Amino acid sequence: MALTGMQIYKSLPKTNCKKCGFPTCMAFAMQVAAKQKALADCPEISDDAQSALSDASAPPMKLVKIGASGKEFVFGQETVMFRHEEKFHNPTGVAGKISASLSDEEAAAKIEQINKAVFQRVGEELKVSLCAVGVDCSDPAARAKMAAEKSNVPLILMGSVDSLKAAVEAVKDQKPLIYQADASSIDALAELAAATKAPLAVTAGSLEELADLTKKAKDKGVEEMVLSFNTEKPGDTLRTLTIARRAALKKSCRELGFPAIVDINGATPEVEGALANTFAAKYAGILLVNSVEPCQLLPLLTTIQNIYTDPQKPNTVETKLYEVGQPDENSPVFFTTNFSLTYFSVEGEVERSKIPAYICVVDTEGLGVLNAYAGDKISAEKVVKTLQEQGVADKVKHRKLIIPGYLPIFRAEIEETSEWKEVIIGPELASKIPAFLAENWK
Amino acid sequence: MDIPKVNERWTSQINEVTIGATADQGGTRSKVITVGGQTTLPGMTFEGDIPNSPVIAGYVSDVVPEWPDFLKKAIGNEINSPTEWAQKCVQEFGCDLISLRLNGADPSGDDKSAADCAKVVENVLKAVDVPLIIWGCGDDDKDAIVLQDCSAVVKGENCLIGSAKESNYKTIVAICKADNHKIISEAPVDINIGKQVNILLQDAGYDLKDVVMFQTTAALGYGLDYVYTILERARMTGLKGDKLMAGPQLADVGGEVWRIKDAVASEEILPGWGDPERRGPSWEAACAADYLQAGADILVMSHPSAIKTIQETITQIA
Repeated sequence: MALTGMQIYKSLPKTNCKKCGFPTCMAFAMQVAAKQKALADCPEISDDAQSALSDASAPPMKLVKIGASGKEFVFGQETVMFRHEEKFHNPTGVAGKISASLSDEEAAAKIEQINKAVFQRVGEELKVSLCAVGVDCSDPAARAKMAAEKSNVPLILMGSVDSLKAAVEAVKDQKPLIYQADASSIDALAELAAATKAPLAVTAGSLEELADLTKKAKDKGVEEMVLSFNTEKPGDTLRTLTIARRAALKKSCRELGFPAIVDINGATPEVEGALANTFAAKYAGILLVNSVEPCQLLPLLTTIQNIYTDPQKPNTVETKLYEVGQPDENSPVFFTTNFSLTYFSVEGEVERSKIPAYICVVDTEGLGVLNAYAGDKISAEKVVKTLQEQGVADKVKHRKLIIPGYLPIFRAEIEETSEWKEVIIGPELASKIPAFLAENWK
Repeated sequence: MDIPKVNERWTSQINEVTIGATADQGGTRSKVITVGGQTTLPGMTFEGDIPNSPVIAGYVSDVVPEWPDFLKKAIGNEINSPTEWAQKCVQEFGCDLISLRLNGADPSGDDKSAADCAKVVENVLKAVDVPLIIWGCGDDDKDAIVLQDCSAVVKGENCLIGSAKESNYKTIVAICKADNHKIISEAPVDINIGKQVNILLQDAGYDLKDVVMFQTTAALGYGLDYVYTILERARMTGLKGDKLMAGPQLADVGGEVWRIKDAVASEEILPGWGDPERRGPSWEAACAADYLQAGADILVMSHPSAIKTIQETITQIA
């Protein structure tokens, strides 16, 4: 549970020495409570006070890092159950499974497939974040080394205790996730994790047992752990994940204060896909998947992209001139706002009309048409200026500009103050654009 | 070690809404569909009851939608006839009910008459024995006429009629009260307007216990984050005792997903994205799986493969 400023203040020297850069100890305490400063930024704090407070002020869910320099995946440190309460912080990683039964060539080919699974979507890069390599093969160390060498992303190593010992040792500088310790292997694997400083996945039949195991591993010196689940009974896993996260975030249950990994298996690739999306929405930090086919990955990566969007920050698209299809000098010109939902609605409908077009995006600070107008974030003057900046008049021969149906009031001013002499009032709703173009753009 | 108790104490129940009527109840359906009634969030049966599973309504339109050829092929030739399409949804795809859109009434499209639309509704009703959801074309003026006639031919069948908005709620209330139908209240991705429409329905004398709430659905990748969170917040508000937000929720996944590039565009347009014949149904299923977690009770769906996937998913995550 996060500490209040007052609780932190009580343990500070209360000398207002200003060495931390703040005028008073109270001001500093408020910054620590808001997670803007760390306790260690107080040079005068006593060791006792620091250790007492740092335990209590640590984030309720640990941040876990898999991998090393250049190839890293960081997740965890989530703070809320629902995205509207604040936001989800570290997007779920998708890990492609590479079975130990594959030959070296087959395994290398699947790693290559994972390396290539990088997509661009609405200006962001979406990709598979991890390679999950089975090492119960004839030479676990060689398999791990090969994967470490060929993979562009960090590794999860999966296997029996003996295989893992050999494999993890071979690539320990790569800090792979050790997958996974249960009651029978917790001692051996916790020692391996502590010795190699690699994170450890831990699994158990119940949350009570799981908490016992993470405590055991912690006592052996393992700091970074991942709670591990599967989809044998997906409904039960959803409930268990929810309870674990609530216990960590709301009741400061340190033993469960780790992110989760869910091994996704289903009767068909399609069901697997749907289950992966389900656990992307509800509380998996890593999804272990069999298929790294684009048709399965893309919807999943898009779900993660959507769910981890900051709900308090309006989604915007880059303010520029967009081309839909291959427009030419006779193609229609629209303008709209940089609120991504508005832009993508317009773009989608223009595309549906099958008439190539230009869309000039005006910076409205992420507000839709009506809100932008009400909030004075868009004006005819701003539209004219943006059209000029984007050189739209050079792209087309005509001087017809289609404006949003909610802004008919802009027509006269745009016609009077710019070269756009024929302003056409478009539909109010994007969904009417195809019919509008069919009617008005011949 | 013991795990701290973390059960939420929700104070209220989501309204239980039944669609359809059997012969005993004055209709002709072989079974009725009940949604809602839960006292907790999706799947969280350790702290509340979930008496009714989410259901899938097969998307049917009176005119063939502008969908990619591979989707039309997956549905089959029956797509050309709303009655055959509806039958296939029930008999082969296993849909729990039918969501019939009278898109052909659109004045900027085929501009079909109210009488023609009512005939379609009557025929679809006869063709299947499951409950019906009936939507107009989205044009308020036209829908006022169309829905009146369509509602009359299914009087007593306890259909779910869509949709009542701020702009047309009086008409829809009048129609549904006259013919004893349930209402879909619609809002444009705005939780406050959603509540406002429900207040208007209540003020117009319509019982909110007969209302299914509908936030204009966003396809995955096109604002799903907004609608997901609205569904989730609305559900939590309802469980906390706000009677104005206690309705079951509908998501029109099939109506939205097939309009977006990501689900339909070929690999020539999206290099490296794989065959849309497989990507499309994955997209629809993913979107549906997301909305199930947000709190959707009725999913309208189109692609037979996506429908099958989500039927299995609903069973598994129960």
